[in-house]
Amino acid sequence: MGEEIKVLKVREEKKTEVRKHIIIVRAQHNFGVLTRITSLFAGRGYNIESLSVGKTNEPNVARITIVVNGDERIIEQIIKQLRKLIETLRVRDITNQPHIERELALIKVHAGTDSERNEIMRLVDIFRAKIVDVYTDTYTIEITGDTEKLEAFIDLIRPFGLKDIARTGIVAITRESATRKLSYKEQQVD
Amino acid sequence: MPKKRGADIVIDVLLEEGVDTVFGLPGGAIMEVYDALFDAPLRNILARHEQAASHMADGYARATGKVGVVLATSGPGATNLVTGIATAYMDSVPMVAITGQVPTHYIGTDAFQEADVVGITRPITKHNFLVTDIKDLALILRQAFYIARTGRPGPVLVDIPKDITQQIYDYKMPTDKDVEASLPGYKPHYEGNPSQIKKAAELIRKAKRPVLYVGGGAVLSGASEEIKELVELTKIPLTTTNMAKGVFDEEHPLALHMLGMHGTYYANMSVYHSDLLIAVGARFDDRVTGKIQEFAPEAKIIHIDIDPASISKNITVDVPIVGDVKLVLQKLIKELKKKPIEWVKAREQWLKQIEKWKEKHPLTYQKSDKVIKPQYVIEEIYKATKGEAIITAGVGQHQMWAAMFYKYKFPRQFLNSGGLGTMGYGFPAAVGAKLGRPDKKVIAIEGDGSFIMNVQDLITAVQYRIPVIIALINNSFLGMVRQWQQLFYDSRYSSVCLATQPDFVKLAESFGAVGLRATKPSEVSKVINEALKVDDRPVLIDFVVDREENVLPMVPAGKSYREMILSPKQKGEAETMYLVG
Repeated sequence: MGEEIKVLKVREEKKTEVRKHIIIVRAQHNFGVLTRITSLFAGRGYNIESLSVGKTNEPNVARITIVVNGDERIIEQIIKQLRKLIETLRVRDITNQPHIERELALIKVHAGTDSERNEIMRLVDIFRAKIVDVYTDTYTIEITGDTEKLEAFIDLIRPFGLKDIARTGIVAITRESATRKLSYKEQQVD
Repeated sequence: MPKKRGADIVIDVLLEEGVDTVFGLPGGAIMEVYDALFDAPLRNILARHEQAASHMADGYARATGKVGVVLATSGPGATNLVTGIATAYMDSVPMVAITGQVPTHYIGTDAFQEADVVGITRPITKHNFLVTDIKDLALILRQAFYIARTGRPGPVLVDIPKDITQQIYDYKMPTDKDVEASLPGYKPHYEGNPSQIKKAAELIRKAKRPVLYVGGGAVLSGASEEIKELVELTKIPLTTTNMAKGVFDEEHPLALHMLGMHGTYYANMSVYHSDLLIAVGARFDDRVTGKIQEFAPEAKIIHIDIDPASISKNITVDVPIVGDVKLVLQKLIKELKKKPIEWVKAREQWLKQIEKWKEKHPLTYQKSDKVIKPQYVIEEIYKATKGEAIITAGVGQHQMWAAMFYKYKFPRQFLNSGGLGTMGYGFPAAVGAKLGRPDKKVIAIEGDGSFIMNVQDLITAVQYRIPVIIALINNSFLGMVRQWQQLFYDSRYSSVCLATQPDFVKLAESFGAVGLRATKPSEVSKVINEALKVDDRPVLIDFVVDREENVLPMVPAGKSYREMILSPKQKGEAETMYLVG
């Protein structure tokens, strides 16, 4: 009793890869705004890799840097949903723009013997980190840089005995050249 | 402005916003507001359950286009609103929910009737507020109304601690400008991009097999006239979603009626074979598209929607136009008129094909003179009301039959929970709709499973003498679940039999409503006409219908339109449903 219907070619939807995205949100700094933002990710089963919030040059405006892994389609949808929030002022995915990323870590490491202390101090020197607190068997190190640099440093001092790490999460800002259209070299100032 | 109590500021804002009716139920934390309401020039409908109150406000909003207002107390009062708010959110209904909260200094102490209502409702509101300072109260309430009714409308909740409703404050009513200035991040985009509109016009001119796919956004935007003009100008056939019924006269020859899971054969075939799909205020819901890869697979897609987040969410579109449907359509029509429209002629072949589909499989069902077919009840209601009534529906089989067998002709005529699919919605929504549109007959087509979820509020309709008719399509089953069990679970009827049920006629009478019953087809039109004569109380008609009737056609969830199950054509063919393709 079935009848013939010509089968048409199926619609092809682009598949996109999962990769790291850096999303910058400027929002009114009201209570609850951060929950509204993060729940958009949580509701889709996306784990935020890092999140940092701070004040800006404008009163009552917060700047939020979100790092998240996701495929283009879902990220695009989340960005639209972020823009839809009443309290967000501006939402950008700066992943594809020239930008600077920085993260700060405070690291407590075991430093018992003289040779351990010397070796750690050398590493601190090479990485342009700083020892900010000393105890009988412990150094606390402050280090700034992009995620790769921090990871490399942490790997190198891990064997000494890591006691604790506190990381801020990434903050990022676009290079002025991205907006001013100046050449990259002219803008090579950190 | 004189010094006023917080609760009186609430009333002032309601009046400023032109509110004439509020729905709700008082309790400890909102008592101050109810005290102010006692002699306020507002109609206050006391519901018996907050969920029903929220659906009433929703029905009122959908029927009138105005913002519906619902009040509830803290804790359980507010949590009972959750289903109603989520229902409104999914269908973009403008609503403001005002909830009492425990006094500011008790918040976070697990106080009596305390719940984090702002937290609970965050994902189901367009926005929500907790008032922490009486200085902000008037502005927040005005912001709530502004957000609820502008852009893509939606529910907004304002949670007000009791002490704030009691404080006295020398306030000034914020102006419209104050409200807009206080929301720098909220700028709905109404005007469509002119170059995108041009592109859309070009695609429309070139298309050989175009179809208009119109959704609830067209109703919200009030674009009925523009849609009619566009269809008549371009001779493009039109299918609507469940949410857009009535935005275009369903008796019009170019009306293809509903598409999707329970769409008509001809609507689904037209969409499947189209080369251009013009989506207007619709959001490509899974109940519409079925298997997304096979949804209008050869079509270019134009998508007009006020919400950028709706565009390319489920399906990538070719020409997105962000803007208000009405404004965009006006511009599109203007653009199309710039050049002669002889291209319309090239469409004759397409329209002929659609005619054939319509003739081949019209919307139909197996008639009977022994048992009442549910579809027959809807047809008789349609006849008796001359197609002029506002129809609300619960959720389930009866909802789909109400969508299919009543022919709608004006917008805001068919109110039902399309997005969330909330059982128990139909009757309280009818109460709200009748209060908003007293000039119209309002009929709630309900299922026996659905109706009983908000049965308590029958007393509210009796108390306020609201003459709504409840047409109970009583098959003693959770019918839609039973249908799925029959089709997809080998007829294992697990937890769907509702044969143990109240005597609905006596139930109605015990509430003080009129109770009627029809058990034979010959009784159907008689009881409907009898019910239509009642004008001072609700009427419940218990239509005892064929228990195992199915809603057909049906595209099984996640399947392609090609795999549609069509309705059986002759007697005895009920079990031989067949697949197309």
